[in-house]
Amino acid sequence: MYLTSYLALAAILFSIGLYGVLTKRNAVMVLFCIELMLNAVNINLIAFSKFGLFPNLTGQIFTLFTITVAAAEAAVGIAILIALYRNKETAEADQYNSMKG
Amino acid sequence: MNLTGEFVAFFILSVMAIGGAVFMINFTRVIHMALALAFTFFSIAGIYLLLNAEFVAVIQVLIYTGAVSILMLFGIMLTKHRDEEKGSIAPWHSVLSFIAAGAFFGIVMWIIYRTPIAGEQVDLKQFGVARLGEAVFKQYVIPFELASVLLLVALVGAVILAKKEER
Repeated sequence: MYLTSYLALAAILFSIGLYGVLTKRNAVMVLFCIELMLNAVNINLIAFSKFGLFPNLTGQIFTLFTITVAAAEAAVGIAILIALYRNKETAEADQYNSMKG
Repeated sequence: MNLTGEFVAFFILSVMAIGGAVFMINFTRVIHMALALAFTFFSIAGIYLLLNAEFVAVIQVLIYTGAVSILMLFGIMLTKHRDEEKGSIAPWHSVLSFIAAGAFFGIVMWIIYRTPIAGEQVDLKQFGVARLGEAVFKQYVIPFELASVLLLVALVGAVILAKKEER
């Protein structure tokens, strides 16, 4: 019963992040929404580590690694964004269309 | 449902988290969005505390509300923006995205409420920072070392990518 409410919260946050990724034009905000989706997944992992079928610490350890990878992803994403900004003079995601056929 | 302290805390924290996320979607100025998302990350740290994950909660505050938000603020300030965010390209685009996200949410909720997950009550003595450290440094020591290598690679890669090219 408790598990379903935590999973529902994670699903709501994930959907909000998905909507933001699909609609935001600013590339920084797209990265932000991706971070929100990653956080929703982390809530799921920790909820399963307490209320799951076999509750143990593995969920928390997995979350630690996910946070590490997400931090690395944010750093590299910002670096790519700055390099793109230097070339294209804009941070709007829909202006990055030089690979469009 | 009986009104326990855990339920009240969960309710308040989840309202804070969802409110921060919704405000982030609705604000028009980029800095306000960043602050709203930092608020959401902070509430998620509270959710972790409720789930007996104290160490992960502290890490969440350190990395997400601290480091990632500041990194994103740097990203915002190093790129030029018009102050107000314009809407989508086509008017039907946001409607279509809303329908897609809503359909995804509906399917996930349907699956969550259909699946019988009968978890047993956890023994809280096996949780805690000491047990977490033991598990990380004994059972999961190779992924831990690999994570450090990954962070090093990400650091070097970010510096090389963002470095000014000399012509």
